[in-house]
Amino acid sequence: MDFTLSKEHEMARTLFKEFAENEAKPLAQEVDEKEMFPRETVDKMAKYGFLGIPVPKEFGGQGCDILTYVMCVEELSKVCGTSGVIVSAHTSLCVDPIMTFGTPEQKEKYLIPLAKGEKLGAFGLTEPGAGTDAQGQQTKAVLDGDEWVLNGSKCFITNGKEADVYVIFAVTGKIEKKGRIMKEISAFIVEKGTPGFTFGTKENKMGIRGSSTYELIFTDCRIPKANLLGQQGKGFNIAMHTLDGGRIGIAAQALGIAEGALERTIAYTKERKQFGKSISAFQNTQFQLADMATKVEAAKALVYKAALKKQEYVTNPKVSYSVEAAMAKLYAAEVAMEVTTKAVQLHGGYGYIREYEVERMMRDAKITEIYEGTSEVQRMVISANLLK
Amino acid sequence: MKIIVCIKQVPDTKGGVKFNPDGTLDRAAMLAIMNPDDKAGLEAALRLKDQYGAEVTVLTMGLPKAADALREALAMGADKAVLVTDRVLGGADTWATSTTIAGAIRNLEYDLIITGRQAIDGDTAQVGPQIAEHLGIPVISYAQDLKIEGDKVVVQRQYDDRYHVVEAKMPCLVTALSELNPPRYMTPGGIFDACKAEITTWGRADLKDVDDSNIGLAGSPTKIAKASDKVRKGAGEKIVPDSPSDGVKYIVEKLAEKHVI
Repeated sequence: MDFTLSKEHEMARTLFKEFAENEAKPLAQEVDEKEMFPRETVDKMAKYGFLGIPVPKEFGGQGCDILTYVMCVEELSKVCGTSGVIVSAHTSLCVDPIMTFGTPEQKEKYLIPLAKGEKLGAFGLTEPGAGTDAQGQQTKAVLDGDEWVLNGSKCFITNGKEADVYVIFAVTGKIEKKGRIMKEISAFIVEKGTPGFTFGTKENKMGIRGSSTYELIFTDCRIPKANLLGQQGKGFNIAMHTLDGGRIGIAAQALGIAEGALERTIAYTKERKQFGKSISAFQNTQFQLADMATKVEAAKALVYKAALKKQEYVTNPKVSYSVEAAMAKLYAAEVAMEVTTKAVQLHGGYGYIREYEVERMMRDAKITEIYEGTSEVQRMVISANLLK
Repeated sequence: MKIIVCIKQVPDTKGGVKFNPDGTLDRAAMLAIMNPDDKAGLEAALRLKDQYGAEVTVLTMGLPKAADALREALAMGADKAVLVTDRVLGGADTWATSTTIAGAIRNLEYDLIITGRQAIDGDTAQVGPQIAEHLGIPVISYAQDLKIEGDKVVVQRQYDDRYHVVEAKMPCLVTALSELNPPRYMTPGGIFDACKAEITTWGRADLKDVDDSNIGLAGSPTKIAKASDKVRKGAGEKIVPDSPSDGVKYIVEKLAEKHVI
């Protein structure tokens, strides 16, 4: 067992840190206040290969590992939670399922431009009536000749209007499983601009306000038969597999937000003077910081462990990383919420003011406990494994 | 086209300079970075590579850990890396350094050599032009812009209030200013490749046409008597003007009084 980062990972961290400080941080406040999708930053990330980090070079990616990807999301999220989730949703939720389940033709057509960052990806599973209960899907796909016809809608879709390629789930029939009739769910690749595919409401969110969160609407949207992703009826498995990976990305985002809030709070408590001394000289501050730092370190260990476990899966598909991913996301998200809340408290009145980044970080942290499986879902995944 | 870029790993002076008790730089206490002017020179070479196709070799003289700076250059897009390292080369001043680097370059083919104007740890701006002198090739220093036209380089050479356009037939050497180009970032894939890449390592025995009397501490005519950090000369003066324009007027008067302007 070794907690030392390799030379590659140390250099990658330096790269992501520099990029985040120079490119993402200066825009973070404006991105939040104006709900501005940071297109300029995304274009730069594409140029430097940040949108295809764990993808093999033969598919236009960088040929790096999951840990490198995790560190990218972490460093971006330290300064801008929006930038972190854009990379995470693109990589984990769109690139990964196409890389894992796509046909050679689908990889050629979609994976290569996605990994090169020429196209941005998104993932549509959630519906108004199907959040944690993915079986509640209403969107339907019917095969008509050489085309699938999609009807229905998806909500809360990250990278919603800004993406070019979408992995969409829809009901394609009914199946009997253990004597129960269940919906047969399949996955599809849908391109922006396909007739019948439009955008509905843009969500006005508490945090990660620059990420483009939209409703997707499909009205007699015809896509080629060849755009079925994986086998018909395997959609639920594809969704669950994808979310396992996505959880590692969101865990990295939560970790980054917590680290960012901690860094700023350490700096602030050294500068802020009350009763003639820095507030860092008070034992309460010291103990709070100690607790925050310890939890951040524990979260980091879980997130990196999940990344290494998924890396094992890359070479040996029999390896499961589901529990590690759930634990990492559950813990990192709750630490992000706790640390950012304490960060605001330690900043006092200033922490409640928009100018101070911890205010934004506290709002950004909350979503990490909700999306890509709520904390409750993570507990279900973890306990199901314990009690099986 | 073959381009050699000479780079130096230097202590990052952003967070202040730290000294050992004997007055020498405490390099271990400071972060090591690629010298900013050299990085701009590397960027210029990589842009020429993007534009015309070129093989870019980065070369440095230093301790074995200077390989980190070479790996960063490879991760940015350089093709080959050469590290010149040997105990007998330690303690070199600009003369011994340029003699050593020229001795290494004599083993390589090149059309263009790019160095940074100066390193932030020594600020001498001497090594680049000295290398050109040792190799007997033209040098254009202080490049703020660099283009290739046929078999020559066309450089904007920076002055305080203007620039001169200077041409030189290749092979030649150009010293780059950090303003020349904002350097690109590494790429994640570039980092992974760079960490696997082989770095050519040369010692004293590999240097061509170099005399022992011109290398290392013994071959360095410069003797440093004392080194110190910048010190604040006084407490300064604080004024509270009635208006911004009064404040500006006061500052201008003071600067004129001291013949600064």
